[in-house]
Amino acid sequence: MNYIVEFSYLLAAVLFILGMKLMTHVKSARKGNLLAAVGMFVAVAATLINMKSGDASAGIPASIGWPYIIAGIIVGSIIGMLFSKKVKMTGMPELVAILNGFGGGASVLVAISYVWAKSSSVLSLSDIITVMLSILIGSVTFTGSMVAFAKLKGLIAGRPIVFKGNNLLNGALFIVVLASLVWAVIIRSDIGAAHMMLLAVTIISSILGVLIVTPIGGADMPVVISLLNAYSGLAATATGFVLGNSLLIITGSLVGASGIILSNIMCKAMNRSLLNVLFGGFGQAQQKESKEGEYQNIKECSPEEAALILESAKSVIMVPGYGMAVAQAQHAVQELALALEKKGVNVVFAIHPVAGRMPGHMNVLLAEADVPYEKLKEMDEINNEFKQADAAIVIGANDVVNPAATQNKGSPIYGMPILNVHEAKTVIVIKRSLGAGFAGIKNLLFEYPNTLMLFGDAKEMLKKLTQEVNEL
Amino acid sequence: MIDFYLFIVFVLAIFVGFEIINKIPPILHTPLMSGSNAISGITIVGALLSLPYASPTLAAILGMFALILATINVVGGFMVTDRMLKMFEKKGGK
Repeated sequence: MNYIVEFSYLLAAVLFILGMKLMTHVKSARKGNLLAAVGMFVAVAATLINMKSGDASAGIPASIGWPYIIAGIIVGSIIGMLFSKKVKMTGMPELVAILNGFGGGASVLVAISYVWAKSSSVLSLSDIITVMLSILIGSVTFTGSMVAFAKLKGLIAGRPIVFKGNNLLNGALFIVVLASLVWAVIIRSDIGAAHMMLLAVTIISSILGVLIVTPIGGADMPVVISLLNAYSGLAATATGFVLGNSLLIITGSLVGASGIILSNIMCKAMNRSLLNVLFGGFGQAQQKESKEGEYQNIKECSPEEAALILESAKSVIMVPGYGMAVAQAQHAVQELALALEKKGVNVVFAIHPVAGRMPGHMNVLLAEADVPYEKLKEMDEINNEFKQADAAIVIGANDVVNPAATQNKGSPIYGMPILNVHEAKTVIVIKRSLGAGFAGIKNLLFEYPNTLMLFGDAKEMLKKLTQEVNEL
Repeated sequence: MIDFYLFIVFVLAIFVGFEIINKIPPILHTPLMSGSNAISGITIVGALLSLPYASPTLAAILGMFALILATINVVGGFMVTDRMLKMFEKKGGK
């Protein structure tokens, strides 16, 4: 037992806890992130120093010299740096998903590598159990995150992809994994067979990861990303048990627990349960429904008319959604807001907790466009203010402003808290077409008598509006 | 069997994790997620620890691969979180 290393690990764990604590307040969040990064540095440095000074058995064997280790760290750091510098704020959800996957994937590789290195000796019971768990959680995290990444990037359809018996198959695969675990425990004296078992579990778990995420639609992505984040923590915990390392266990558990809480907050915001998101296949039943009933009494308006309405308003509430992110229109939104403020209009932003594709997505985008965060109002705070608002502009939000959620008992989104946009005197909806949102259902808001549709690309329309407002 | 003290540590850490996050403003959901995502890259320590014991080449290759993936997770995660939080610090528009 090397006390210096153990103490460094304790210090790292304390820094992680403090860092996360600070990250829950706007003012101290950056410091918290820095503390956590310092904690990580301490942990890595202590591990390296220990390896350097370790006795021959724990020293670096000839097969992997120091140059390789340093090279690995440098390569990883450069790629990580590039990722973080290159990513656009609209691409944040994808980045979090892919980094998550890498973390989960690394945990699996460590566990497999551990078993392979032990090929000369017999695997103990605890070895088998911990390695299996690590592989299961890590592989699911890895492939699940990759599917989430592909969905968010638009490489595969964002719609739920469900087939008959999907949940049944998932259950069956899970049982196969558990059976393999038991089998591996029985045959663990035959190291070759045990290796095969572990490989089989890796493959099955990887398939499971894909099948768990494919049925989940884009609207539920915030929850999924958050949940996968929790899983990647748990994968680290499992790997900690494999290696008998307390730091991995503590840190992984912190992330796992906090991630599950965050996922739950998301679910509450959608008035659904975690189980429902995981097994619901949101958006299957609705596909029939979206076909029934064409839109009626849709009123269109031109940018000139819309600009007049906005300019003569005392207060305007802007409601951004995923469409704003796709069109990368956050800067255009801010320009319009500034143009209106110049004319003496009071502008605020209404943010639905699950607007976008990741928790807090809209806040990040608008912060990037220099919108002061005092102007970002949360749902509970703003919902009573729509009644007094002269105009509301909906930019690429759909399901989160659909009154069907409060009125229509048969609606799949019934019960989801929405922004009461329809209560504003005039509602201007900027939208490419009357296409449905991710829930695949008709939006009653578009038929309201006080709603005007402004068809076109969000960015272009906002620019036109700004121009018109400036000319008035 | 698994070291029991590790199990104790695990249970207590879960409680701490639950306690840290009780109320958090939505504006911070994304940074908190990417920040804790970076922290889950602690697996980097696991990757380093597994390397010295990796005698067959295959285990060494897996370990190296794990090291690179975990490093990407850690460095990318912390840096992008910082980038986001920097934006929140900026008060007001230009």
